Amino acid sequence: MTTTTLAVLVPLLPFLGAAAGLLLGRTAPGFVRPLAVLPSVTALALAVLVAVRQGGDQAVDAATELTPTGSVPIELALHIDGFAALVAVLVGVVASCVQIYSTGYLRDDPRYPSYAALVSLFTSAMLLVVYSGDLMLLLVGWEIMGICSYFLVGHYWETPEARAASIKAFLVTKLGDIPFLIGLFALATDAGSFRITKVLGAVASGSLDHPTLIALLLLAGVAGKSAQFPLHTWLPDAMAGPTPVSALIHAATMVAAGVYFIARLLPVFAASAAALVVLAVMAAVTMAGSGLAALAQDDIKRVLAYSTIGQLGYMTGALAVGDRGAAVFHLLAHGAFKALLFLAAGVIIHAAGTNSLAAMSRMKDLRARVPDAYWTMTVALLALAAIPPFSGFFSKEAVLGVAEHAATGHAENVPSSAGWIVLVAGLVTALLTAAYAMRLWLLAFRGHGAEAPDHGRQPLAMNAVLWVLAVPSLAFGLTTGLLPDWFDGHDLTPTLTTSMLGTGIALVGGIVTYGAWRHTTAMAARVPLGAVAAHPEGDAALVEAEAIASHAPAYGDVASAPDPSDPGRLLLGPLHRHAAVGFHLDAVYAALFVRPVQAGATLVRFLDREVVDTYVRGAGELPRLLGAAVRRAQTGNVQTYVSALLAGTVVLAVAALLVATGA
Amino acid sequence: MHLAYPAVLSALLFCTGLYGVLARRNAILVLMSVELMLNAVNLNLVAFDVWLSKTAQDTLHSGQALTLFTIAIAAAEIGIGLAIVLAVYRNRGTSDIDKLRDTAETDDGPESAAPAQAEKAEATA
Repeated sequence: MTTTTLAVLVPLLPFLGAAAGLLLGRTAPGFVRPLAVLPSVTALALAVLVAVRQGGDQAVDAATELTPTGSVPIELALHIDGFAALVAVLVGVVASCVQIYSTGYLRDDPRYPSYAALVSLFTSAMLLVVYSGDLMLLLVGWEIMGICSYFLVGHYWETPEARAASIKAFLVTKLGDIPFLIGLFALATDAGSFRITKVLGAVASGSLDHPTLIALLLLAGVAGKSAQFPLHTWLPDAMAGPTPVSALIHAATMVAAGVYFIARLLPVFAASAAALVVLAVMAAVTMAGSGLAALAQDDIKRVLAYSTIGQLGYMTGALAVGDRGAAVFHLLAHGAFKALLFLAAGVIIHAAGTNSLAAMSRMKDLRARVPDAYWTMTVALLALAAIPPFSGFFSKEAVLGVAEHAATGHAENVPSSAGWIVLVAGLVTALLTAAYAMRLWLLAFRGHGAEAPDHGRQPLAMNAVLWVLAVPSLAFGLTTGLLPDWFDGHDLTPTLTTSMLGTGIALVGGIVTYGAWRHTTAMAARVPLGAVAAHPEGDAALVEAEAIASHAPAYGDVASAPDPSDPGRLLLGPLHRHAAVGFHLDAVYAALFVRPVQAGATLVRFLDREVVDTYVRGAGELPRLLGAAVRRAQTGNVQTYVSALLAGTVVLAVAALLVATGA
Repeated sequence: MHLAYPAVLSALLFCTGLYGVLARRNAILVLMSVELMLNAVNLNLVAFDVWLSKTAQDTLHSGQALTLFTIAIAAAEIGIGLAIVLAVYRNRGTSDIDKLRDTAETDDGPESAAPAQAEKAEATA
């Protein structure tokens, strides 16, 4: 088979698997698991094959036009360069891991067939975005991901949190998608084509008339999809979905799509210095804010969610300084270790029976219960905190390196202010990242108190996947020397200055957190806290759904817990209260958008009920009154009727006489 | 005989009948009044037929023929009418027209028609 055929099969197989899964889910339950796992694994194998054949050389381009569509043609086009080939492999790896993990995680879930089919559809949409060579085709995958995330985040729709979160995720990402769509049209109008190669050609020849406008419009969609400030608020709430879905959304699909999109069209953004500065500021605010917020979260998955937002900030930061190699490098490394973090968190939530770090810090020997999750999560957290020699170190140093490169004015077309913004924010975030990674590890695995409840052995499918993902988290840094061949050719090896600075800052963050924890942990025994859902027989999904539903009643809030022994509380001081609720951004949005809309709805309701309906009711009231008057004549007495008849006859006769006589 | 005599007699009969129909309360008397009106018409028919046949050369005496029709129909009508009155009297214990007001509209509107109908159905059963 040619590379093109293989590449077409990569998104197609999960799509067919999803269609078959949705159709056969009820009638043939035996096929559901193979139909969920096999297409993803096959797609992964094919993606690897495509990557090997492509080999980072000349991009594979293929296009066919289904039908003429007017002025700007829409084609079914593939454009596979080194970025696409490697990102597709990442998507395949994470999707396969998530599907295998889900067979254990949602073992007894009655909605598993539709869940697995939607995960497959999600994977297929992301692969379409990755391979697509046409912006409209990319948009199709982009929107399918939006709707799939809505369904999957709302998987536990019995809980109000999940229902609210799914609607929020959908609305916020759609809010970004509208400017995105307009931006795509503007871009295609300027470039005369939706084909990515032709758009890039037009940019290179300088025929783009409104680069800043287009870049900012596209940026809105990217901010929504990739959860960048100010449209990131859907992501922490999306933790109300099942853990494997969180892993899928956060590691390889959905949020990665936005970063990948900018990486594909980076010349469009680089054509406008203003757009790069906006991107850099967005990345900086996102990074620093999410780091602070992550330090104050109580839900283990919400910590990871804010960490995802921060790591995406690194990627957009790298793009803001014009280096997509570093951005995609961090995307790949982050995809592996973030998927691992989420899947391990799922195991921990199942074993602990709670998603609250405050409750976990009051449990003895949780790490002995789940040794696989303990070791792999330690690896992933070290990678997240960018400690050498784990993968996160190399990718994050690549980002900091290019930021420093741009700050000192060595990058073409990139304002050095963007470089400085990204560099400073990146270093601050490195400190925060190490701090919250340390806090999560200490609270989850170094608790004191009662024994953790026994939920039995974790399924093999879940533990095995953790070790599979631990390999790239450990060793992906080794590929640093090879990756530039696949990417633009920029050197990605860490520079000495930023490495020393970044690692030193990360170590400081970790040590300070450890000190704070030593100081506060004694208080944990004095303040009993925690609600644990014990279902020794239930699958992990059931435990998680109950943990999510019981967090707000037990601790007063979905995000934070009133736990004085939390080192984050000591470190953040008065900032903790604001960081726990994401710096009141939700309240601001509620005041700015939700309440005006609700007030408008109330007004429309009033106008409809009291004004429009008055006319309608009035139109009915008049005939009713007339009818009531006429009804009085119906006395039931026949003689009255005959009298009226006689009177009428007499009147008519007199009238006829008068007319006849001409009077 | 001059035409005025039968005409005036007929008019008096008709008015008496009309008064009876409008004012009497007993259903049988109302029926009898209807008969008076019919017969006033019959008298007119015969009288005018005679008056017309005086001037015309040959006539079919259609007025008199029509009178026979009217008598036959009146006989049938009074038979059915009396049967209805009898049936009403047996059911209600009265033949007073003022009290037979089942078709009256009430102010309650059409919603209350259902119980009233049920009452009526019970009464006729």
